[in-house]
Amino acid sequence: MKTDVVIIGGGVIGTAIARELSRFNINIILIEKEDDVAMGTSKGNSGIIHAGYNDDFNTLKGELNIKSNPKFDKLCADLKILFKRIGSLVIGFSQEDFRKLKELKENGEKNGIENLEIIRGPKLFELEPNLNPQAKYALYAPSAGIISPYKFTIALADNAVINGVKVLLETEAKDIRIEEKQVYGVVTNRGLIETRIVINAAGLHADEIAEAAGDNFKINPIKGEYQLFDKQWGNLVNHILFPIPTKLSKGILVAPTVHDNLLIGPNSYWVKDKDDPATTKAGTEEVCEGARKLVPNLPHQDLVASFAGLRADIEGRNDFIIEASKKIRGFINVADIESPGLSSVPAIAEMVSGILKEVVKEISPQLELNCQDDFVETLVEQPKFADYLDKTGEWQEIVEKDTDYGEIICRCEKVSKGEILRAIHQPLPARSLDAIKRRVRAGMGRCQGGFCSPKVLKILSEELKISPLKVSKKGPGSEILKTKTKEIIKETGVKFKDEVRV
Amino acid sequence: MKLEYDLVIIGGGPAGLAVALEARRNTVKDILLLERDKYLGGILPQCIHNGFGVQYFKEELTGPEYAGRFITKLKDCQINVKKETMVINITSDKRIIAINRDDGLLHIQSKAVVLAMGCRERTREAIAVPGSRPAGIFTAGTAQRYINIEGYMPGREVVVLGSGDIGMIMARRMTLEGARVKAVLEIMPFSTGLIRNKVQCLDDFNIPLKFNHTITRIEGGKRVEKVTVAQVDKNLQAIPGTEEEISCDTVLLSVGLIPENELTSEAGIKLDPVTRGPIVNENRETEIEGIFACGNVLHVHDLADFVTEEGEIVGRAVGEYLKGNRKFRSQPIKIFPGDNIAYVVPQHIDFIVPGRKKIKLFMRVKKPEERVKINLIDDKGRVLTAYKKRIVTPGEMVSVFLPEVLLDDKLKNITISIKRD
Ligand SMILES: Cc1cc2nc3c(=O)[nH]c(=O)nc-3n(C[C@H](O)[C@H](O)[C@H](O)COP(=O)(O)OP(=O)(O)OC[C@H]3O[C@@H](n4cnc5c(N)ncnc54)[C@H](O)[C@@H]3O)c2cc1C
Repeated sequence: MKTDVVIIGGGVIGTAIARELSRFNINIILIEKEDDVAMGTSKGNSGIIHAGYNDDFNTLKGELNIKSNPKFDKLCADLKILFKRIGSLVIGFSQEDFRKLKELKENGEKNGIENLEIIRGPKLFELEPNLNPQAKYALYAPSAGIISPYKFTIALADNAVINGVKVLLETEAKDIRIEEKQVYGVVTNRGLIETRIVINAAGLHADEIAEAAGDNFKINPIKGEYQLFDKQWGNLVNHILFPIPTKLSKGILVAPTVHDNLLIGPNSYWVKDKDDPATTKAGTEEVCEGARKLVPNLPHQDLVASFAGLRADIEGRNDFIIEASKKIRGFINVADIESPGLSSVPAIAEMVSGILKEVVKEISPQLELNCQDDFVETLVEQPKFADYLDKTGEWQEIVEKDTDYGEIICRCEKVSKGEILRAIHQPLPARSLDAIKRRVRAGMGRCQGGFCSPKVLKILSEELKISPLKVSKKGPGSEILKTKTKEIIKETGVKFKDEVRV
Repeated sequence: MKLEYDLVIIGGGPAGLAVALEARRNTVKDILLLERDKYLGGILPQCIHNGFGVQYFKEELTGPEYAGRFITKLKDCQINVKKETMVINITSDKRIIAINRDDGLLHIQSKAVVLAMGCRERTREAIAVPGSRPAGIFTAGTAQRYINIEGYMPGREVVVLGSGDIGMIMARRMTLEGARVKAVLEIMPFSTGLIRNKVQCLDDFNIPLKFNHTITRIEGGKRVEKVTVAQVDKNLQAIPGTEEEISCDTVLLSVGLIPENELTSEAGIKLDPVTRGPIVNENRETEIEGIFACGNVLHVHDLADFVTEEGEIVGRAVGEYLKGNRKFRSQPIKIFPGDNIAYVVPQHIDFIVPGRKKIKLFMRVKKPEERVKINLIDDKGRVLTAYKKRIVTPGEMVSVFLPEVLLDDKLKNITISIKRD
């Protein structure tokens, strides 16, 4: 296989770069080791589009966050995903906190954010009636927003695919082929992909990819755990509520999600394993305790899910790495993309596009980077039953055209069979239960797939024309079912006699 | 299709089936039963074990047989049934929106509505079991569906968390299928299911049931590989040093059922925070007149037989309601849970019914107790009547009769309490 550019990693960064580069008439392959995009850090995070007051403008973090923030309205409208600019409040309790809020505000203003405001007194509780009554001050940033990070990633990938990017799932980069300090290819579990340009967007594993290309840095994962509450609680708060940030993180927040759940978290601590987003008891307690400082009454009885994400941190470094390798031609690192990585996505993608132009000039001047005339910037709106509950007449028309939209598979999230079929056949198709869940929310609700997963499993098996035994939760090795009934007894010969009282 | 009915029943499990038949017997004419699944019977078609009907039919039936008896009768009395039809909204003025493949959206107006949507299982997430999120974690009912309806085994080496009835039944079912059930763990010092299930499903198959134990961690990348279990103290906290690892590929959860009342809440009907079902009077009528609830949507029952009984109460009550000749008491009698009682259903008594001799009250205790006295106490602390019982446990619903003669006009409250005799 041969291509012009290989992007390693199907996180929000890799997919955004893929979409941006698909404006050019070059061949691009994105490889992702898991069975879907958004399986790493881009799945387990807060989903906040930060206003941009936290970081210094002289850092990439500060600069790219600020540049990106205003772009989200159009980008999300184009990609047909939800983005809600609900604003954030950093909550202060003491004089000391007040000083810090002022510092944040000054930094934000230096960065060019105009509408920051320090709020105090009763207004605070008008904005947030359920806020801890001991709160005194808040830094209000109206431009902060929320997004679903995995839906964002999937939409970017869909759009990239429509524009010609080839996404190879379950394809892992094992090594970088280098000859005379120039990239020649990527060695994967499925064979060699010849290319003269590699973009390393491998998230937590970016250090291993960089090492294969002779660059040295070490990523230490920092875990963050979350809890998510039932949809009836999304309106417990109206904004994203943060505590005063520390050096290490922005702290444990309380916020609604775009799907009206209530989210609390993350804590933050170093872990060894890059592939272990397990939740812990201590973490759960820490997150609850942290969140209660902002909102004392949390609906613990209506917990829907816990999850964790890992930040790809390089110890001692506090900025993104977005640059062409100085040692190897054709190798571009996009690494250490910690928070506010998600918030910086559009500007990161544009920056990489600029770097690519330079690299191409240097190594493949014959490759012309012309924009495709037929670049498709927008995705088509896909109707979801849950959005039509008060427009049932319109949904009736949809059902009349295609009866699959009249069969409701997921009762908690109100997802029709038509939507699930669409997810299995969209540009970046879903091939597992979790992939369906991330695309259309079937199984995401309060019963966590208890009722719909057998049905979704059947639909997947029919559509993909595979045995139900091959349908997985998240790729090979995670099959849901083990055998047909009666098989284990045939294998082992163990049988219970009738004398057992049943 | 016709869109106006005297009675619309939401849910075709044992509760909804009983309501339909009994309402018909009580001269309710236009009845529509809506069921989201392909078949009637609710959860019963997947409950292929026996033990159903002992109370109601005085014989032992399997779940499909028990449901079958009602479904056959239903066919005989021409009740309109729409299967594979999901109700998505109910309003307080009894308009119902439902959807299916053939009709699309249905807007139905009814004079009476019965909520009989059943319950869902509490999940691993709801009780926040720490660890990773691999394949191989199922609620017991979902595993039951995979095995008994779909014909597939979801695992070979199993640990069951929670000693709820479905968990114990599935421990036996999977054992019979050749799987190894390594342990059933119960965080409480007693089983939360029926004693009969503990004996017949676990003891008879030598499946160890560990009380005061829970899972403290689930491990595995793609598929469950092992769980860490630990003993818990009185506050249900894991005791350090008691941890033990059990390798397994499957975790089944049987940690409680939750009435599915999202539609109820959307209709503006208040729920009881303990039962998580609507607050009802002796007719199982919610605070909105003409909207009734029964079965597991009202409170979680341990036997389908009791669900049928409750459905029949509602079927009769709908008849009375539609006739419109009901007589209210001057004030309702409120029934409160007292010592060792988690909840009582119904929560209040509203009607004067000529000829009625007694009212059956259903309740659950908080903790097991032997040789107890159940006292029904009035506003002034006087014991109205009392019953003795050899044993009470949270896994088994308790019922007592409230004699009509005790319900004088001035009575406002009754508190029920259970104490060691
Ligand atoms: C707890 C937490 C909270 C956060 N909150 C926010 C927030 O609110 N706002 C914000 O702006 N940012 C936030 N972030 C940061 C943001 O999530 C990240 O910056 C962003 O998701 C990084 O995306 P990525 O594409 O670099 O990494 P990833 O999403 O991890 O993508 C890397 C991909 O590469 C794949 N891969 C790795 N190695 C290989 C290989 N050898 N071959 C093929 N594929 C490979 C992986 O499977 C993965 O899919 C948060 C992060 C965390 C952890």
